[in-house]
Amino acid sequence: MFEEVGTTTEGDIIINVGPQHPATHGVLHLVITLNGETIKKVEPHLGYIHRSIEKMCESLSYRQFIYVTSRMDYLSSHINNHACALCVEKGLQVEVPPRAQVIRVLMDELTRIASHELWWGAMAMDLGAFTPFFHAFRERESINDIMEETCGARLTMNYMVPGGVMQDLHPNFQKKVKEFMQLYKRKIHEYDELVTGNIIFQNRMKNVGYLSAEDAVSYGCSGPAARGSGVSCDIRKIYPYEIYDKLEFDEVLETGGDSFARYMVRIREMQQSIRIIEQLIDNIPEGDFQAKTKAVLKLPKGEFYTRVETARGELGVYIVSEGGTTPYRIKFRSPGFSNLSVLDHIARGSKLGDLVAMMGTLDLVIPDIDR
Amino acid sequence: MDVKQQTAKSDFPGQIHETPGGGIVLSKLDDVINWARSNSLWPLTFATSCCGIEYMAVAGAKYDFSRFGFEVARATPRQADVIIIAGTIVNKMAPVLKRLYDQMADPKYVIAMGACAISGGPFFYNTYSVVKGADHVIPVDVYVAGCPPRPEALLHALIKLQEKIKSGLTREQIRKDKE
Repeated sequence: MFEEVGTTTEGDIIINVGPQHPATHGVLHLVITLNGETIKKVEPHLGYIHRSIEKMCESLSYRQFIYVTSRMDYLSSHINNHACALCVEKGLQVEVPPRAQVIRVLMDELTRIASHELWWGAMAMDLGAFTPFFHAFRERESINDIMEETCGARLTMNYMVPGGVMQDLHPNFQKKVKEFMQLYKRKIHEYDELVTGNIIFQNRMKNVGYLSAEDAVSYGCSGPAARGSGVSCDIRKIYPYEIYDKLEFDEVLETGGDSFARYMVRIREMQQSIRIIEQLIDNIPEGDFQAKTKAVLKLPKGEFYTRVETARGELGVYIVSEGGTTPYRIKFRSPGFSNLSVLDHIARGSKLGDLVAMMGTLDLVIPDIDR
Repeated sequence: MDVKQQTAKSDFPGQIHETPGGGIVLSKLDDVINWARSNSLWPLTFATSCCGIEYMAVAGAKYDFSRFGFEVARATPRQADVIIIAGTIVNKMAPVLKRLYDQMADPKYVIAMGACAISGGPFFYNTYSVVKGADHVIPVDVYVAGCPPRPEALLHALIKLQEKIKSGLTREQIRKDKE
């Protein structure tokens, strides 16, 4: 175990945060150099949950490896599966039936809401407010119930397969989603009343962790972390996949660049997801939920890359195929890794207490970073 | 409801003899200690991966493990009684887990939550970095199957652990008997 504690020759204090620390949302290890209470340097140490998923995928077939990717960014497991399924479909040149496309988008957006709600509760808990956690989980559980009926799982869904989705929607799906949306619209103002408008919360979030648009681009940030700085990077808009180009929704952009801007992006993004679901829930086309594919998939020789927008940012899947039944090499471009790399930059010069707020708004999922 | 009735109906170990001016409880001290211990177990907030989210769901209002005396999740191992290993343990994390366990004060209990903590789970094959079961590192009292286990399964495991403590069968209690 790498560890350094003590003081440097200049009199700065070095402290460790993690790997077991409630604010790191997993097992991230930060070595922080402090001058008094001011942060001079933050050095993240990774690998405490490195499960070698990329290497594992090389020995799994194209149907099997998708299941492992649910465990990568488990808060948006549908979207991870989606990205992998899209990449395999690109190689196979399979046309996904319209019903499957709509189901996929519906599931993605429900996952996005569930992920942002957990982020909202967990981030408020990091800042010392415990009640939002219970409010967030109240809505999240109703999404989990919807998922469970159709996919059979609450967290690691494994629902998307190459060619479509694994099985048809549960008969209750539409009814349950409409109930959820009614509940959500009734409760959404509580989020603002509890947290967003709170003066203590605003003081802790505004002008903290400033990230300029240039830095967001040069560090490769994506998702709400970059959109909080005004960088337009929503893959659903700029490289639309499935039916996102036919849907009406706004790319949420904030120009503040501070923690509060990143917070507001996610809050507003949940409303956009609701908007997408509203457009689709009554218009699910009839037909097959899965295209006919061979039992054993073989991708032609070549390289394939797809990207999707997860709840955290851009997820890229890069498959190198040698024509066999297993990929020769798989690389995942995970949004969390790039978003974590910016932490040192935005934390320098601010106080130690604000670091938790910054990490909260970057919305890090450590198994997604380590893979 | 009558107070005497309530104590008689609860799972308190021992007999209550009613005498004028109050009741007398006859019991073994060990049983009373075990009963008290089992009803206020404080878990450590320790989660490495996906199971941590289901662990959070158990803390949420729908499943609510505070009904069974688990609500005070502590961030430091020095104040915790039970460590719920929620997620995969990899080679780099194993010494940290061992250290966390060593830092906990006796009596301490361990629940292995999910397939990864039991055996390496979906990462059993073809990986070079995953510890194939957390019981290679620290001793485990209760195993919960699932990937991730449902919240009900974790609640069941917590209740099983309580039963185990009440019956005086945990590792450290057996060790004490031998000495």
